[in-house]
Amino acid sequence: MAKIIVVTSGKGGVGKTTTSAAISSGLAMRGHKTAVIDFDIGLRNLDIIMNCERRVVYDFVNVINNEAQLHQALIKDKRVENLYILPASQTRDKDALSKNGVERVLNELANDGFEYIICDSPAGIEHGAFMALYFADIAIVVANPEVSSVRDSDRILGILQSKSRKAEEGERVEEFLVLTRYSPERVARGEMLGVEDVEEILATKLLAVIPESESVLKASNQGIPVIHDKDSVAGQAYSDAVARLVGENKEHRFIALESKGIFQRLFGRKG
Amino acid sequence: MATDQQTESSSAQQSASFRLKAGLFPLTLVEVLRLDRVIFEQDLKEKVAQAPAFFQQTAVILSFDEQCTGDMPLAELIEVSRHYGLIPVVMRGGKKSLQQEALACGLALMPEGKNKATKLEEINTSPEPVAAEPKVSPEPEPEPAESDADAVPMLTDAIIPPSNPNRVITRPIRSGQQVYSKGGDLIVLAAVSAGAEILADGNIHVYGPLRGRALAGVQGDENARIFCHSLEAELISIAGDFQISEDLRGKWWKKAVQISRTGDQSLKIQELS
Repeated sequence: MAKIIVVTSGKGGVGKTTTSAAISSGLAMRGHKTAVIDFDIGLRNLDIIMNCERRVVYDFVNVINNEAQLHQALIKDKRVENLYILPASQTRDKDALSKNGVERVLNELANDGFEYIICDSPAGIEHGAFMALYFADIAIVVANPEVSSVRDSDRILGILQSKSRKAEEGERVEEFLVLTRYSPERVARGEMLGVEDVEEILATKLLAVIPESESVLKASNQGIPVIHDKDSVAGQAYSDAVARLVGENKEHRFIALESKGIFQRLFGRKG
Repeated sequence: MATDQQTESSSAQQSASFRLKAGLFPLTLVEVLRLDRVIFEQDLKEKVAQAPAFFQQTAVILSFDEQCTGDMPLAELIEVSRHYGLIPVVMRGGKKSLQQEALACGLALMPEGKNKATKLEEINTSPEPVAAEPKVSPEPEPEPAESDADAVPMLTDAIIPPSNPNRVITRPIRSGQQVYSKGGDLIVLAAVSAGAEILADGNIHVYGPLRGRALAGVQGDENARIFCHSLEAELISIAGDFQISEDLRGKWWKKAVQISRTGDQSLKIQELS
């Protein structure tokens, strides 16, 4: 049975696509056949972050409209075996997504032997976001440690547990929280919400804290999902997230303020 | 209404397509004093304006006594009622001719027996919710219909034993969700997020932080209370009298408290010890 995972947030710009790219790459690196779908029709950028922009011929909407076969639209990742990207259309809008169409594509992927299907949701709580979350078994809610982002995540959690297919069937979508752009220093100075605060407000399971890191922007500009950057703390944090997602028990890192060693102090901290 | 009474634990004889069960439900009586279309419609319209929350496809009993005057056909009365969100299901009392009309309109008949009537009224927290409506202030007026889609799936979390109108929610109530316990208490065993709204005709109990809006006694029950483990609410209201977060951020903030209504229409907050 394929597991359908939606990466969602409500608010925009918090790191949904970065997280989708990292988690899907991480799952594939562990040998799981994984597909990642860009639901942000009209504002696609998963293909840029995954560096397959120039290989897009057909897209998700073409497949939904039966203008292309699924295997024609799926782009094989060049870095990792087992990873395929289904890009969004840049010339359509989100209304092009129909519930039946999305379901058909997901079923087809499941029948093709995909173990994980990652749905990269657009921001907002409109049609596109709803389509991305409707069929989810698992939700990864991405939030920044600030009040408005946490509030939007709370809203999207409510929608997940009341309007998704699982909710309609009287079941629950398994929910995880990924807290991105976290800076223990700023938390210590009282400028940022701490992990405990966010966990307290959202009352949901913490999958990972991704520390603020320059490597994230660099990775996205180079088109290499940050999880490939083994030296970066963000990459390591995403690796931990994938491990926890598949059921491994990993202690949370990058939450507490670390006392800097003499070398770190001299040479600055490597992102 | 019948769907409300299905619970897993019944020893009733299993038949393939249905089960018979007993259930007691509070129903509102509409005592019709005059059968006059113009006046009735006008009065009803006013009531709806005062308390739109109440008129959400609410099942009611039409009650007639000997003094009832006027000649509006019953079918018309039912039509007007339905238009404003009241669904007559049973008729009580009335003359023979009126009872014939009721049967023709598909209503069930209920004997006027005082016994049964008082029993029904006892169950209802406020004997005449409609009469109590004016006390509901228009400001924090609930509109459950709007988010019914949000609220209805929560029913899976709710435990509704037969004849228990209270509603128990075990999961967090999130921003944007609205949960209403009609005719009873609302008991929440988790957090109520900022941006969420909970309403009850009776009391509200929150065994977690209350960060959203809580409105108890929305049908006008002034004896309703709100209990919570941590008061961090955006708004609290009992039978229409309310206080907002700004007024609450004092010595009771983040404390376990109970909130009740005093005689002079203000809210009293006391620490739970």
